[in-house]
Amino acid sequence: MSSHSTTYVPKNAAAKWLESRLPIIGLVHSSFVAFPVPRNLTYFWTFGAILMVMLVIQLVTGIVLAMHYTPHADHAFTSVEHIMRNVEYGWLLRYMHANGASFFFIAVYIHIFRGLFYGSYKAPREVLWILGVIILLLMMATAFMGYVLPWGQMSFWGATVITNLFSVIPLVGDTIVSFLWGGYSVGNPTLNRFFSLHYLLPFMILGVAMLHVWALHVPGNNNPTGVPIKSGKDAVPFHPYMTVKDTFSIVCFLAVYAWFVFYLPNYLGHADNYVPANPSATPAHIVPEWYFLPFYAILRAVPDALLGVILMFASIAVLAFLPWLDTSRVRSGSYRPVFKVLFWGFVVTCLMLGWLGSRPAEGIYVILSQIFTFLYFAYFLIAMPLLGLLEKPLPLPNSITEAVLGKKAASGSGMPVGAAAEPQSKG
Amino acid sequence: MAETTTAQEPTRRDFLFLATGAVGAVGVAAAAWPFVAQLAPDAQTVAAGAPIEVDLAPIAEGQIVKMFWRGKLIFVRNRTPAEIEAARAVPLDDLKDPEADQARVMEGRENWLVIYGNCTHLGCVPLDFQGQYGGWFCPCHGSVFDTSGRIRQGPAPINLPVPPYRFATDTSIVIGEAA
Ligand code: HEM
Ligand code: FES
Repeated sequence: MSSHSTTYVPKNAAAKWLESRLPIIGLVHSSFVAFPVPRNLTYFWTFGAILMVMLVIQLVTGIVLAMHYTPHADHAFTSVEHIMRNVEYGWLLRYMHANGASFFFIAVYIHIFRGLFYGSYKAPREVLWILGVIILLLMMATAFMGYVLPWGQMSFWGATVITNLFSVIPLVGDTIVSFLWGGYSVGNPTLNRFFSLHYLLPFMILGVAMLHVWALHVPGNNNPTGVPIKSGKDAVPFHPYMTVKDTFSIVCFLAVYAWFVFYLPNYLGHADNYVPANPSATPAHIVPEWYFLPFYAILRAVPDALLGVILMFASIAVLAFLPWLDTSRVRSGSYRPVFKVLFWGFVVTCLMLGWLGSRPAEGIYVILSQIFTFLYFAYFLIAMPLLGLLEKPLPLPNSITEAVLGKKAASGSGMPVGAAAEPQSKG
Repeated sequence: MAETTTAQEPTRRDFLFLATGAVGAVGVAAAAWPFVAQLAPDAQTVAAGAPIEVDLAPIAEGQIVKMFWRGKLIFVRNRTPAEIEAARAVPLDDLKDPEADQARVMEGRENWLVIYGNCTHLGCVPLDFQGQYGGWFCPCHGSVFDTSGRIRQGPAPINLPVPPYRFATDTSIVIGEAA
């Protein structure tokens, strides 16, 4: 998928025939076999592969669920119960899909924080990073609309609260909302269009994810030192080094996922969603799914509705500007003593916001939400621009190999056996 | 290849280019229109939003009755004299969205409060008789409404709106038709 020439040599006549017409095997070979990756990648670099697997799981389970599901306000709830009780293994497919969404978000948040810590958003990876932010937005839209489909109480009231966010837009807000609903309130037309879009968006995610990988394969992977690959010694070929590491990580991740699917299938959900949608009564305590909680806390932090909505969208949009807000040239947080502290402070801020999003909006919780909302934005808008100018970074290693093996070994031939044998097309 | 013209004077080619572009833009907009318009409430949904008649006779004093018009929840409250008094005692300056109780009910029928039942914050259904003003309390983000349905506390920006309605007889109203 990248510009570097392939080292793939077709071995048989059929492959040769295809390769001269559509060089697709060569493309796969140069992207996922010979592709040079830094030799020091940790397990934090396996979450991209995990995300790909989760996307496929969501697509496959979703498509089969859609064969049994009825997108109509009168039948949606019962059709989901039908899936749970009557369809062969329907319970499994639905629990895989519902918990799959949660695990998709667990993986994407780890993936994002990895990028934040190691400065993976900095030049030359800005486009790669922005494509990632777009994927996050699409995932949120997909998960939100998916959650509406079972048409339980949380589905209905979640849809009501979130679509009403758009009503705060001056002048055109009410029209936009009625165009979202296809009516005067959340109802059957809303459910129908949400189903259509819930089917569509994951395929758009797939498309953007391909662009994301393409944009990755131009500069190549970042790594824990943030120092780019300088010679063949710094890199190992994707296969077998990364394929094995990714596979092991995927298996571990799926084991935890399976534990939830089989033993705690409703732990991450809300009991209220097993009550059919009732437009005349709101559940006593409505909260979104856990992966939306930090944003929900930001929404509720300010008493002004319009400002709350703007802040909530800004909290995601600000990510896209991070490559330019962070003024430090040092990528990896490992070499930035002050940044390191602030980064962990930011992680705590996000966790606190998540917790506050699950609390009722009253008393001390509101004040805390305001404090942590401020800290959230301060990280991007105050800390990142200033820190790059004020902080004195630690000395960087001369190369990845030096960072891994120490100065002496790096100047000798201290590389894993076989690692340098593979011809490198890059470096 | 033919000689390219100099940049000085607009040529027939420039004109054709702009004209084609303009026609193309109109065409794209016209083609996009149906795809946006289909999102609007459809004819059936609009028809289902026809006015409804509500019999007030069975609603006892102090009672709140809920109904739907255009899929939207509506509260009809038969207010007690004390509740009316409470709503009228508060100075307008104390209100976030200043509106006299008199302006929210019909003259001579002060006991009947007819309002939309979805919180003006983000649309949850506030709980009857809750909150410190004995009006409504929204469980979602804590908005408090008084016995006139006016916002007194919390994030809701405006009062619970009054839908268009008129009295058909002394004991029945038509929701959806302005007085
Ligand atoms: C990015 C990938 C996806 C995510 C994050 C996602 C998320 C969700 C969520 C959170 C639910 C609600 C689960 C529940 O509580 O019952 C749901 C339901 C559903 N999704 Fe997806 N989904 C994805 C892809 C798909 C795809 C590709 C389809 C194919 C048509 C699909 C079809 C369905 C159906 C039919 C339901 C309703 C049945 C049910 O509630 O279990 N989903 N989705
Ligand atoms: S929806 Fe009622 S306070 Fe937010």
